[in-house]
Amino acid sequence: MIEVRGLAKAYGMRPVLRGLDFRVEPGEFVAVVGPNGAGKTTLLRILSCLARPTIGEVRVAGRRLPGQATAVRRILGVVSHQPLLYGELTAQENLRFYGRMYGLTNLEARIEEVLDVVGLAARRHDLVRKYSRGMQQRLAIGRGILHNPELLLFDEPHTGLDPEAADVLDGLLTKVSSEGRTVVMTSHDLGRAAGLGSRVDILYGGVIARSVQRAEIPADELAKLYRQVTHG
Amino acid sequence: MAERAGAVLRAGSPSALSGYLKAVGAVIWKDLTSELRSRELLGSMLVFALLVILIFNFALELDIRTRQSVTSGVLWVTFAFAGTLGLNRSMAVERERGCLDGLLLAPVDRSALFFGKALGNLLFMLIVAAIILPVYSLLYNANLFLPALAGVIVLGSIGYATVGTLFSAMAVQARTRDILLPILLFPVVLPLLIAAVRATDSILLAIPLAEIRGWFNLLIVYDLLFIAVAIMTFDFVVEE
Repeated sequence: MIEVRGLAKAYGMRPVLRGLDFRVEPGEFVAVVGPNGAGKTTLLRILSCLARPTIGEVRVAGRRLPGQATAVRRILGVVSHQPLLYGELTAQENLRFYGRMYGLTNLEARIEEVLDVVGLAARRHDLVRKYSRGMQQRLAIGRGILHNPELLLFDEPHTGLDPEAADVLDGLLTKVSSEGRTVVMTSHDLGRAAGLGSRVDILYGGVIARSVQRAEIPADELAKLYRQVTHG
Repeated sequence: MAERAGAVLRAGSPSALSGYLKAVGAVIWKDLTSELRSRELLGSMLVFALLVILIFNFALELDIRTRQSVTSGVLWVTFAFAGTLGLNRSMAVERERGCLDGLLLAPVDRSALFFGKALGNLLFMLIVAAIILPVYSLLYNANLFLPALAGVIVLGSIGYATVGTLFSAMAVQARTRDILLPILLFPVVLPLLIAAVRATDSILLAIPLAEIRGWFNLLIVYDLLFIAVAIMTFDFVVEE
């Protein structure tokens, strides 16, 4: 589903990614972990067609980026630490707006379905600026899955959530990812990422320093490995 | 650029064109609905424009004849300042909660996003102009309800909204966006403002339209040129 080779990205003179290789198979849930500033968000922004690679080859579903970005955006759902929602629109209006941007048919029925999935059907007419942070993130997931994307990218979706809201979000992430979608999630919270991902990649120094199948390594050993990689 | 060319070719098919226009319409609908709720953008533009007119009115204690001669300048300075305020606010809304990324993730040619935002901004500028003109007519004792003047205002506003939307998308990423926009915008819109002021002046002096065709042509060429520039560059302006 995703194939990245020799990806480098620099902002001015500051390199963030340095020849990164990364591969994700269809249906996999990959958690990319790393300390702040490791380049997790940059990697996801490149995969989301929001940033251009400085050098390197990026393919999503066989399509090359940035050349075939419009086609890739059609199969992509992105949930970031910001909800990407308009405060002066209601939940229903926000989904209606994004549905129109994606050219969805049967939009109203799909909006109802999505509001049910994220548990916000009863609050559909409330303005988003009146929502709590947790509710905004749930609606953001609704926005992300509205067009039924094959690939979901989550960029630190738990940022700013209290533990209870983060648990609700975990349940939702598990639910939407168990429908055969490919998921890549970045996080600096190793425990939470390891609990969700089937594979954990440690991003450090602008490259994927280690990649482990979650089933092959106990949580405490994974934590030890993470410390070894990030603290030398 | 290759993708842009492909999108333009594909846009020839009715379904692609319909999808493109729906995306443009969705952005305008979203901006209008948000604005009807908050009234932040139009409210601030209107109050600011009225204040500028009042300040000019009291600062320049002029006789009727001189007032008429400064009308076009004061009018376009008011439109330009109020327009900048609106452009800044319009793009700031996209920055809040990361909404600009949400727009950029949509699988449409990015020129559709540009046209949606630019048409929304144009609409707000024209609404402000429609409210300002009667007030101005009263204060400056000038008849501004002339079809040719409406044409100049529409052409001038199209150019201003086009360049302003492009530059506000550029400035929105910067920390100093509020001051950056006028610094970038005013030098580039100077030819447009000169043409608009001269055309307005000539219309108010009842000079025959045939004699001021040059200013109209300049406004039209400016509008077309910057619409083309915006289509070609918007993608690069908004992407990191």
